[in-house]
Amino acid sequence: MIIEPLLKARPEISGELSRKDTIVLTTRIRFARNLAEHPFPGWAKADQRKEVLSACLPSILGLSQMKSGLSAEVDDLSELEKQILIERHLISRELMEMKGGAGFVISKDQSNVVMINEEDHLRMQVLLPGFHFRKVMNAINVLDSKVEKCLEYAFSPKLGYLTACPTNLGTGMRASAMMHLPALVMSNQMEKVIRAVNQLGIAVRGLFGEGSDASGSIFQISNQTTLGESEAEIIKRLTSVLNTIIEQEFNARETLLETEPTKLFDKIGRAFALLQNSYLITSSETMNHLSLVRLGVDMGMISEEIRSSVDQLFIDCQPGHIQYLADNKIEPNERDIFRAAYLRSRFENLTKPEFIFKK
Amino acid sequence: MGNSQKCDLCAKPATVHLTQIVNNQIHKLDLCEKCAAEKGVTDPNGFSLADLLVKSSDSSDKAGELLVCENCGFTQKDFKKTGRLGCPECYVYFAPLIDPVLRTMHKGDTHMGKVPEGAIERKVFHERIHHLEESLQASIKAERYEDAARLRDELLEVREAMAAKSISL
Ligand SMILES: [Zn+2]
Ligand SMILES: [Zn+2]
Repeated sequence: MIIEPLLKARPEISGELSRKDTIVLTTRIRFARNLAEHPFPGWAKADQRKEVLSACLPSILGLSQMKSGLSAEVDDLSELEKQILIERHLISRELMEMKGGAGFVISKDQSNVVMINEEDHLRMQVLLPGFHFRKVMNAINVLDSKVEKCLEYAFSPKLGYLTACPTNLGTGMRASAMMHLPALVMSNQMEKVIRAVNQLGIAVRGLFGEGSDASGSIFQISNQTTLGESEAEIIKRLTSVLNTIIEQEFNARETLLETEPTKLFDKIGRAFALLQNSYLITSSETMNHLSLVRLGVDMGMISEEIRSSVDQLFIDCQPGHIQYLADNKIEPNERDIFRAAYLRSRFENLTKPEFIFKK
Repeated sequence: MGNSQKCDLCAKPATVHLTQIVNNQIHKLDLCEKCAAEKGVTDPNGFSLADLLVKSSDSSDKAGELLVCENCGFTQKDFKKTGRLGCPECYVYFAPLIDPVLRTMHKGDTHMGKVPEGAIERKVFHERIHHLEESLQASIKAERYEDAARLRDELLEVREAMAAKSISL
């Protein structure tokens, strides 16, 4: 497997979690960039894309950020490898569907990714755990400025960075946060939140699951517009929206604990028991139960020690990862059995949740 | 879960709602899951409001007036089909189609963000070198050797400055 080094790498144990970092799982910024005088990947012929790939690769591999990173062409990957990279949000589905000349470079710590010949010639992203827009912005800015020294970007003073799709014009920037919002979902407030932030030019999408059925209560919240504002203004607007959502989620948790503790304890307790005792479990069911267990950890009902393994399970229980964990020896319809066994082993020796009613 | 709203494209119950306010005007879009997925709205990496706006530009193209990019051959029909453009130059040729919707799509129609300093600097240097080389050739041809020597020194200086800034030719 080409991507083996990525999967073998243990995620670094991040330091002390701030209160907000329990809700914002990751912060990500991506820049869309194109080379001047080359057709965009979607319109280019395969050999034109390969030309762009060979023009970009040396510059990107030469970046200090990418030292000992992983680089590959999409055509060289197996279907399972593609699926795993998509499940990890390292590589997009669109890149994987590109025929000929699509490639990527992923830094050793997986925080920096450059996709080549996705919708645009270059899609660069920096992703860090927790709520860290300033840090991520600095990192992507440095990355972009270094690449810009070697490659001629398509840029117009009026329209900014020229992108294949007019919705990305200008800054070419999509900044997003992955948020875990179980209490807002449980108290049926999510629809209201989505509508409110949409009005501010902010988009909300479910992470796992399709459409509005965000299994795992995990949402990706990002800017919709890219032209007419500076990067800093966009980030400022997004950050203030995210801060509001974080407070609303905390309030919703507080309210649930005060008004419906039995319902809340029942949900978390059942989720824990199901993960500990199932024999057949789908990926989306798993996401939903893991989400509740994570909420239990956040609210002090379940030991803080299992936080990182719950977060890891969100990734490991997706279909491609299960297939990989089973050494690719199971049929797709056996995944639910394997997943259940994997979860049972992970939950076997965990201390039961402890629920305390407030007076 | 309220499902009173209908999909703007097929009239099934809408579950995905997009709203933007531009110039105090609300632009709302309600889509069902299927249409949203088809349009890439639910795919975090493929979201394209342009695909949807292409639909609304239908009325603007009268037969025989279709736009084509002279650089890459991309046509207005291709744009309608994909919602994307063929090359950076397309923005010049498709301006009549794109410029009017930019304010609907974005907060404004003028770039306010980062500028690729390197690229601009490189362009200035390249133009300078090109100009000096031409003058040098001209002065040699005209046997103005003093000028030629001066130009050669200047050329050397510019090249050194570029090397110092690690700008390649
Ligand atoms: Zn529909
Ligand atoms: Zn073109």
